[in-house]
Amino acid sequence: MIKRRYNILKHIDWISVLIYLLFMIFGWISILSSSWNGEKSTLFDFESRQMKQLIWIAVSLVFIFIIFLIDSKFFSVFAYLLYGLSILSLIAALFIGKEVSGTKAWIDFGFFRFQPSELAKIFTGLALAQLISKYNFDLQKLKHLVIAFLFILVPMGIILLQNDTGSALVFLAFILVFYREGMNQTFLFIVFLAIGLFVLSLLIHLYWIIGGLALIAIIFFWLNEKSNKQTIIAILIPATFVTGLFFFNALVLHKLNLNTMLSIGIIAAIIVLLPNIIRFKRSNIIVLSIIVASSVLYLNTINFFYEEVLRQHQRDRIEHLLGMKEDPLGIGYNVNQSKIAIGSGGFSGKGFLNGTQTKFDFVPEQSTDFIFCTVGEEFGFLGSAFVVILFVVLITRIIIMAERQRSKFSRVYGYAVASIFFAHFLINLGMTIGLMPVIGIPLPFFSYGGSSFMGFTILLFIFLRLDANRLEVFR
Amino acid sequence: MNKHFEQRKYLILGIIIITGLIILIKLFYLQIINEEYKVSALNNSQRHIIQYPPRGIIYDRDSNILASNTVAYDIMVIPGQVKPFDTVQFASQLNISVKKFKQRLLKARHYSYFKASVFFKLLSAKEYASFQEYIHHYRGFYVQPRLVRDYPQKLAPHVLGDVGEVGKKMVESDDYYQAGDYIGLNGLEKYYEKELRGEKGLKIYLVDAHNRIKESFHDGMYDKKPVAGKNLICTIDSRLQAYGKKLMRNKLGGLVAIEPKTGEILAMVSNPNYNPNILIGRKRGYYYDSLLMTDHKPLFNRAVNAAYPPGSTFKVAQAIVALDEGVIDVNTAFSCNKALIGCHNHPNASSITEAIQYSCNPYFHQVFKRLIQRGYEESVFRDSPLGLDLWKQKISNFGFGSRLDIGLPSVNPGFIPGSDYYNRLYGEYRWAFSTIYSLSIGQGEIGVTPVQLANFASIIANRGWYYTPHLIKRIEERGLETKYKQKHVLPFDTSIYAPVVDGMEGTVNGDIGTARLARIEGIILCGKTGTAENPHGEDHSIFMAFAPKENPQIAIAVYVENSGYGGTWAGPIASLMAEKYLLDTIQVKWKEDRILDAELIPKEEKEETTSSND
Repeated sequence: MIKRRYNILKHIDWISVLIYLLFMIFGWISILSSSWNGEKSTLFDFESRQMKQLIWIAVSLVFIFIIFLIDSKFFSVFAYLLYGLSILSLIAALFIGKEVSGTKAWIDFGFFRFQPSELAKIFTGLALAQLISKYNFDLQKLKHLVIAFLFILVPMGIILLQNDTGSALVFLAFILVFYREGMNQTFLFIVFLAIGLFVLSLLIHLYWIIGGLALIAIIFFWLNEKSNKQTIIAILIPATFVTGLFFFNALVLHKLNLNTMLSIGIIAAIIVLLPNIIRFKRSNIIVLSIIVASSVLYLNTINFFYEEVLRQHQRDRIEHLLGMKEDPLGIGYNVNQSKIAIGSGGFSGKGFLNGTQTKFDFVPEQSTDFIFCTVGEEFGFLGSAFVVILFVVLITRIIIMAERQRSKFSRVYGYAVASIFFAHFLINLGMTIGLMPVIGIPLPFFSYGGSSFMGFTILLFIFLRLDANRLEVFR
Repeated sequence: MNKHFEQRKYLILGIIIITGLIILIKLFYLQIINEEYKVSALNNSQRHIIQYPPRGIIYDRDSNILASNTVAYDIMVIPGQVKPFDTVQFASQLNISVKKFKQRLLKARHYSYFKASVFFKLLSAKEYASFQEYIHHYRGFYVQPRLVRDYPQKLAPHVLGDVGEVGKKMVESDDYYQAGDYIGLNGLEKYYEKELRGEKGLKIYLVDAHNRIKESFHDGMYDKKPVAGKNLICTIDSRLQAYGKKLMRNKLGGLVAIEPKTGEILAMVSNPNYNPNILIGRKRGYYYDSLLMTDHKPLFNRAVNAAYPPGSTFKVAQAIVALDEGVIDVNTAFSCNKALIGCHNHPNASSITEAIQYSCNPYFHQVFKRLIQRGYEESVFRDSPLGLDLWKQKISNFGFGSRLDIGLPSVNPGFIPGSDYYNRLYGEYRWAFSTIYSLSIGQGEIGVTPVQLANFASIIANRGWYYTPHLIKRIEERGLETKYKQKHVLPFDTSIYAPVVDGMEGTVNGDIGTARLARIEGIILCGKTGTAENPHGEDHSIFMAFAPKENPQIAIAVYVENSGYGGTWAGPIASLMAEKYLLDTIQVKWKEDRILDAELIPKEEKEETTSSND
């Protein structure tokens, strides 16, 4: 027993532990700075946020101790059970949950409010590790990929029902894990193409994008076929369709807009040309046609979705983010205040407790989701860059550690941990500095809140526990 | 196989490092390069203060103020600055319980420790005066003035409407409004909200670490000046409006007076009435609720929203349509055959003029029969629908059955039944003239609002044309709205009106007219009585009129609910209004006293009879 403990301590990754401790201290200082009202009498007030957070930090340290007492097999043996329990607690929150600023993601225990989605992240990671490390499981097979996706879509769906979009989005980060474990590259390509087209469709008119797609397709076609004659045909057929539709619309229908005409024209042309393409067995061209056709359909779908399904305030947030709307007191208020706070920090910051922007409630949620403002304002570029670099180091460190695992289970879980940290890092900082829409999601180890601090601690230390055992086990 | 996928870690690491770099670059830009976000080196920060523009003033036609702004005071609190004080004394000065006082303080504290929030809303100037000397005892509290609406003449609440805090829905749907803003909620205040409200401004100040204002940000470069709301010149004549209000006291009903030449509404009264000022300020909710609970719906604007059967006043419209269709001529005579329909005792009418003067029911029964049964079809069941729709098309020319866009947000269109209505009611080809004959004398399913009836009187006064009645004469810097400049000319021959007008003259001034009480010494008032039966109680007394006969200056419609004959109450009220407007004095005092003393509100609460007919 004693011998084993000694071994574990020797193999713990102290770099990660050090980063964890730095985050813990820096995070607590930021919470103190953003929530303390300056009166000495309230500094050690047990009702205050800084003191409450201190308690959660202490509790988290106890959890770390417990994790290191548990046998490392526990996590793989009970992975599915824990996953099942976390799903149940998510459902429970939906029914008996307490509503906090519009989301029903909390279960109230009186002395402590607990957010099941924090646990769900960890246990989904464990369950995926167990699933993917199973003998004969192969993510290149569509059936297996679908099963793996179901593992993340179920908790994601329930969390979306809780109205907690931020936490739900985090689950998408597991796609990185799938990618690493063999998921077809095309999926990653499709995801990036879909996001790219969506952003583009908000910035410029749809017909420019569709026209651009057609142009790129034709250039690609020409490069591939090296035949002027064929290229001219490939240009002429859709052009004829579109022109025909244009006159038909102008004279008879009067209903279609340019987007619809371009879309119908291009898709019709592809359908007409398809038998020829298939006959000549040009797989490149087939893929090209499918990409163009589905992009056009996709663009029209999101256009419809954006105009008809999204509500005004959601559109406002997205449009503000993309710089299409200037409205410092409206939708952009949070982000604008947050940017002012960070910007006012300058190179070296205003100094600990000297921030003004983050003192007077200019920034809403300043000790939770917008905690990074305090870092930016009081510690300047030096402080915030330090935090950013530390996050990148931690995430890369976890990936490097994951790659050195002998057990596939540990590796997959390691990637899951890295993905979750990455998602939080990207979404939270992206929102705070105005690179992404405002999606409420905590910054690991910084944001105020017991569930989130303990959640991230457990998430990280289960992996450190597995890593410490890496030489012993070979699963 | 795994070896193969291991290469993928480089892409993943690449994504993570590039993300980190993008964030670093953005931070570098925000914190070092960009000056916009640097407030200043002195640890200052911005405070945005919204500047509320004064709401546009509403004047009457003689530039007397109907709606203006007055100052009220919000008591603000910054919980972080509050020092211990005598809560009992403070609470008693504000006239609230200590418990409530503490609740409010807690709520403000919960909202923000450092930001000011409203502690107590809208102290009136008087309340503020007595409170002012104590405010400095209470650290952390201060008073912030705010403009609120004031209706100095306490007139025409139904026309002006009121102003209150904007609702949650509006805040969500319209970017302009924020919670706590004021918005026009009814009447002209709502209809002309965009003009009246102006544009909010913004002032940006720098505050120091103690949240004290130091200076304006960049010398006010980013400030936005508020734009004052536009003033409105209303068509209402305050004196006539006040007189109408006085005459309608202790009566239920509505009254509308229009200047025929322009369509300007001179007076619009709905009774029961209320003082518009009670809906302004702290106790709005309380008063609004109590008005909602009061008998006879004082918030309901009977003048535009109550559609009553027009009774015999409608005979004038029937006469014009019949003459135009050629089913009768000026000298058509019908005997007063009481077997067809009940009537009062009067000589037989030998012309359309006399028929109107005597208000002969059997006469119009027969006129309407000719209008409905045109003989296009053999069966009366097939013939009547054709006739009715032809008739409806003609009668609609007078503005009946459609919404008059007079400048109020809610206006009842009234109702003129057509064949589709009766088909739904009785079935196709299962009704005929005999089913619907009561329409001939303005009874039955017809619904006409007072403003529509006044507009009708105005059409007769003009002998065949009108401007849409309206309440706003001028919007500051913009003049009259174009929709009110458009003259509507009716498709009837102008010669048709003379015999009808003569009949209306006889009604008031003839020996055997039905409205002799409405005579005015020295002025020829042309009018028509109406007495609308209703199943719920006493008849409604109705009158429409214009005066003088030549070059008419005023057209009026009066409805008095549940009070009896048109000539008894509505007629004299209309006549007094015309006399007041034209002569500025009342010549026969007892006539005025008789109306002022009359109490015609039914004692017991009866079911309302003022619903529309559709």
